[in-house]
Amino acid sequence: MQRNPYIYILIMFAVSYLIRVLPLTLIRRQIKNRTIRSFLYYVPYVTLSVMTFPAIMNATNSPVAGLLSLAAGIVLAWLGAGLFPVAITCSAVVFIMSFVL
Amino acid sequence: MRTKETNRTWFRRGLKNGIPIGLGYLAVSFALGIAAKQAGLTAFQATLASMLCNASAGEFAGFTVIASNAPYMQMAVITLIINARYLLMSAALSQKIPEDLPFYHRLGMGYFVTDEIFGAAVSVEGQLNPFYQYGLAASSLSQWALGTCLGVLVGNVLPERLVTALSVLLYGMFIAIIIPPARKSRAVFGLVAASFAASYACSVLPVISSLSEGNRIILLTVALSLAAAVLFPIADEEA
Repeated sequence: MQRNPYIYILIMFAVSYLIRVLPLTLIRRQIKNRTIRSFLYYVPYVTLSVMTFPAIMNATNSPVAGLLSLAAGIVLAWLGAGLFPVAITCSAVVFIMSFVL
Repeated sequence: MRTKETNRTWFRRGLKNGIPIGLGYLAVSFALGIAAKQAGLTAFQATLASMLCNASAGEFAGFTVIASNAPYMQMAVITLIINARYLLMSAALSQKIPEDLPFYHRLGMGYFVTDEIFGAAVSVEGQLNPFYQYGLAASSLSQWALGTCLGVLVGNVLPERLVTALSVLLYGMFIAIIIPPARKSRAVFGLVAASFAASYACSVLPVISSLSEGNRIILLTVALSLAAAVLFPIADEEA
């Protein structure tokens, strides 16, 4: 039996939306517990770090290009460059390295 | 104080900061569109899925389920596992918004929680105005839907090296979000370094590396954030 693509899409939608909306609607006040607050404060940094490395090395044609891109991004961001310049530089490094390597 | 004027300013700021996210989305969702086509979806169905789900890894996995004509239950379970990290992100966002924020704004903001929008929204100093998130979503998720549609329709027309380079925009954005606070706080600095190291270790170690990427993200996020929360609890004025 061939299943209905629209039902698949509807399930995908329902589950992804519930996951995102439940915490925002159920947690209505500031959490007082210091450990939980600290935990939630640190969550984004860990998640974003974990998603960036080593994934950036596999997203490019050679791991070296990914590493160089990462290093360039870190240096620029450390020096105070904003979101857009950092993102463009990382991308440009990978593009240029695809001709070099 | 949420006046119309500040709402508009926040929306505009969101629109602007969403542009690099949108460029990255365009590239990634283009690849997603190609996957959707291989799963047998039409351009309309694939675009609809992207507009409704706003999820990269989640949609990739979902299209695999569709391609294999697996039971509906499997779709629900896979979507739940891969997107579970959004539960943590939404919980973190719930602490950034005013307590008296109306229900419909909470419903609206929840719709637009993605890795990148979350990253940009949570890095705002002080409280988060929902219109900032709407602005980010307007300029970025529109590209997500557009890219998916184009991916189905025109497939492999962009040179591969360009698509690869564009897909790195997202990582560049993550870097731009995590590095400035890491420079200011030694705890965050150590945490970012530990996350890089642990993430790399988990990608090569036996058993753990066989877990899906989504599960590894959840596992590491919970373990490392908890350790940091216990070792370096934040002062009251932070977060």
